[in-house]
Amino acid sequence: MAAKPQAQGARVEDMGREFLVFTLGEEEYGIDILKVQEIRGYDAATVTRIANVPPFIKGVTNLRGIIVPIVDLRIKFNLGKVEYNEQTVVIILNLDRRVVGIVVDGVSDVLMLGASQVRPAPEFGATLSTEYLTGLGTVDERMLILVDIEKLMTSDEMALMEKAAV
Amino acid sequence: MSGLDLSQFYETFFDEADELLAQMEQLLLELDAGQPDIEQLNAIFRAAHSIKGGAATFGCFTLLAETTHLLENLLDAIRRGEMALRTDMIDIFLETKDVLKSQLDAYRASEEPDAAAYERICEVLRQLALEQNGGQAAVAAAAPVAPSPAPVQAPAATAPAPAAAAAPMDANLPLRVRISRVSAKDAQSLLEEMGNLGQVLASDQLGGGLTVWLESTCSADDIEAVCCFIVDSDQISIGREAVPGEAHAVDDFAQAAAEFVAQAQAAPMSAPVAEAPVAAAAPAHEPAALAAAQSATTAEGGAPRAQRAAGGAPAADKESTSIRVGVEKVDQIINLVGELVITQAMLAQTASTLDPVLHDRLLNGMEQLERNARDLQEAVMSVRMMPMDYVFSRFPRLVRDLAGKMGKQIELQTYGRATELDKSLIERIIDPLTHLVRNSLDHGIETPEKRVAAGKDPVGQLVLSAQHSGGNIVIEVSDDGGGLNRERILKKAMQQGIAVSENSSDDEVWQLIFAPGFSTAEQITDISGRGVGMDVVRRNIQNMGGHVQLSSVPGNGTTTRIVLPLTLAILDGMSVRVGAETFILPLNHVTESLQPTNDQIYSVAGNERVMHVRGEYLPLVEMHRVFSVSGAQDDPTQAIAVIMQAEDKRFALLVDHLVGQHQVVVKNLESNYRKVPGVSAATILGDGSVALIIDVFAMARANREKWTPAEAVLN
Repeated sequence: MAAKPQAQGARVEDMGREFLVFTLGEEEYGIDILKVQEIRGYDAATVTRIANVPPFIKGVTNLRGIIVPIVDLRIKFNLGKVEYNEQTVVIILNLDRRVVGIVVDGVSDVLMLGASQVRPAPEFGATLSTEYLTGLGTVDERMLILVDIEKLMTSDEMALMEKAAV
Repeated sequence: MSGLDLSQFYETFFDEADELLAQMEQLLLELDAGQPDIEQLNAIFRAAHSIKGGAATFGCFTLLAETTHLLENLLDAIRRGEMALRTDMIDIFLETKDVLKSQLDAYRASEEPDAAAYERICEVLRQLALEQNGGQAAVAAAAPVAPSPAPVQAPAATAPAPAAAAAPMDANLPLRVRISRVSAKDAQSLLEEMGNLGQVLASDQLGGGLTVWLESTCSADDIEAVCCFIVDSDQISIGREAVPGEAHAVDDFAQAAAEFVAQAQAAPMSAPVAEAPVAAAAPAHEPAALAAAQSATTAEGGAPRAQRAAGGAPAADKESTSIRVGVEKVDQIINLVGELVITQAMLAQTASTLDPVLHDRLLNGMEQLERNARDLQEAVMSVRMMPMDYVFSRFPRLVRDLAGKMGKQIELQTYGRATELDKSLIERIIDPLTHLVRNSLDHGIETPEKRVAAGKDPVGQLVLSAQHSGGNIVIEVSDDGGGLNRERILKKAMQQGIAVSENSSDDEVWQLIFAPGFSTAEQITDISGRGVGMDVVRRNIQNMGGHVQLSSVPGNGTTTRIVLPLTLAILDGMSVRVGAETFILPLNHVTESLQPTNDQIYSVAGNERVMHVRGEYLPLVEMHRVFSVSGAQDDPTQAIAVIMQAEDKRFALLVDHLVGQHQVVVKNLESNYRKVPGVSAATILGDGSVALIIDVFAMARANREKWTPAEAVLN
């Protein structure tokens, strides 16, 4: 009887957050599913290159009449081998009235994480500042890197927006 | 009438009254006080009259009806030549129009209008009426009491001599309303309605008809409009006649003419107010209205009103000619149609591989689909576009009022009123433009004395213009006033602690006036000078993605130029290929294209090159270098040089091939991404891919400011 309220509490926490899990190389990342608009295959022919921009910006594509920039997170995170194959997908994100696509190696699943499964991220490297991490999630033996995708994509270093607008 | 809910017609009345007020203002502004055009006076009178009629019919817009009534009296006196028109009267009428507008807005918002404003304007109008009465005591008795018979009287005045003699007496006679074919019950309610409108002097019910003699200040059409709720308008005839028993000779001809006109006027008056009952009567009534209209035109010379009568009847069949739709709905349709066009292009591409003999019908269908899709896209795009007239039309009034207030003489000219601009932009441009016009009036154009002293025409010129230029819309406000004062701006800037140098270029100095809180006006007026203007203007324009340029010549005036990018305009583009990439050049900047020969190309300072075209040396801008495209044609003699014109600068743009010309839908890159150097916008090509539209102005500068990757990459 005593365990019941506790179990309920845990479930309420579990209800809290759902993450879309994708892979970049060997690493697994999780982002808030509510930011995801859709997932599409990557077709290099439909992406128009833009000159004089950082290499991780692949260009822009047409998403049903909307011009959407495409960012390759693998290049941004320096994940050595960048291949474009059938598994390569674009996750279309909807962030604060802006639409942005990110190229990832593949989408694995949608997981629900309770607060007990999320640990704060330790301080590390400069490639992906801890500032953009909401924590590290644990599911069985897997570790998910939970990214505050909105903060990351609207940051100055992504250069996706006018400086004045940031 | 009591059983009918009139409130459902309020909206129609408000819309109509709004239009009439706008029309009235425009006419008043065009009016020349010295030699008023009788046509215009008539039109103004009719507008006031229609508003009053409508307001009185509903019975719950008393203040509006009262104000228009006073205005109408004055206008009537003026148009009949009983009162001379003066400029100050036009001002008062314009002010009255503003009060009416605010009353209307208040009623629309289901509020009671400002009583103080009403009292004040009525007092002013009564004062004017008194002036007139003082001068012409003889007419005074007739005019204020019964001003409404005017439209009825007009034809009588042009009637043969006996009728003309009878006409002035007419005004003092009571109105005789004769309604045929009514039941006793209807007759009773009609009689009650008449009682509400005025004093019923006498009535009789004979042969299924009702005749009422009425002493009322309401006009014939008001009475008719009220009656229309119970009977059809063709059953009603209204004229002026003495109550039986009183000895008054009434000319038959004048009466017949009056009835005729009353009928003609009934159509537009009653149609919007009482759509339901009139709808049935209108078609049958139409020929009569038309005939009446024709005779009224010849008799009265008042074409607009008569035409309205003729046009009014068919309009009653329709609810309204326009609908209000949310912009997001239109945008959604535009995007969907864009998708449709792309899908169609994809299908066409696939179908082109088929054997035309075997798939004859399919290919015919594809062609038809292409045409339909293109027409649909054009039609949908035009929905969002509005002419600049929407903005410019509000300035004549502003300029007139401000010029009067400041004792300046200013002539306003507008060009490019038909230039179309996206609706969202057009609404946001109003405020900045108003600021600029006020600035020009207040600081720019001098007083007539100063202008004469400077050897200029005492009448200052203010020019508003709009034009499409280089994928942008350029809106200019220019005046021929004193220009910006460099010394004063510098002095003021130093006082305010803004870092400036005496050696700054003119452009840099002009930029100072965009600094927040900056004003050089010697005195602060209620028009401008508080220094909140220009920085707000610049911020507004920048928020729209545009920029403001100033140019000024001391003693000759100032020109402010607003350059706005197109967000949702269609652009005539020329698509070109560089390597494997497609770019769009705005066609209005392309002057010609040619294949350069070796002896046309000269190198300057090593790696810069110029091209010699017909005696002119043009800088050669290589697209593949600017956009670092790999695999492009490196040999200029194998490539195509497109000669581009960017305002006063010309340059040659080197591309690989010309692909074709087509209209493209301009898509903003900034909405999801950011501004890209050298690119003004993007568009979606037939195959669904994105092509970048070249920023011609940036290209013209490309040789001077290199966009190195280091500069563009921010991290």
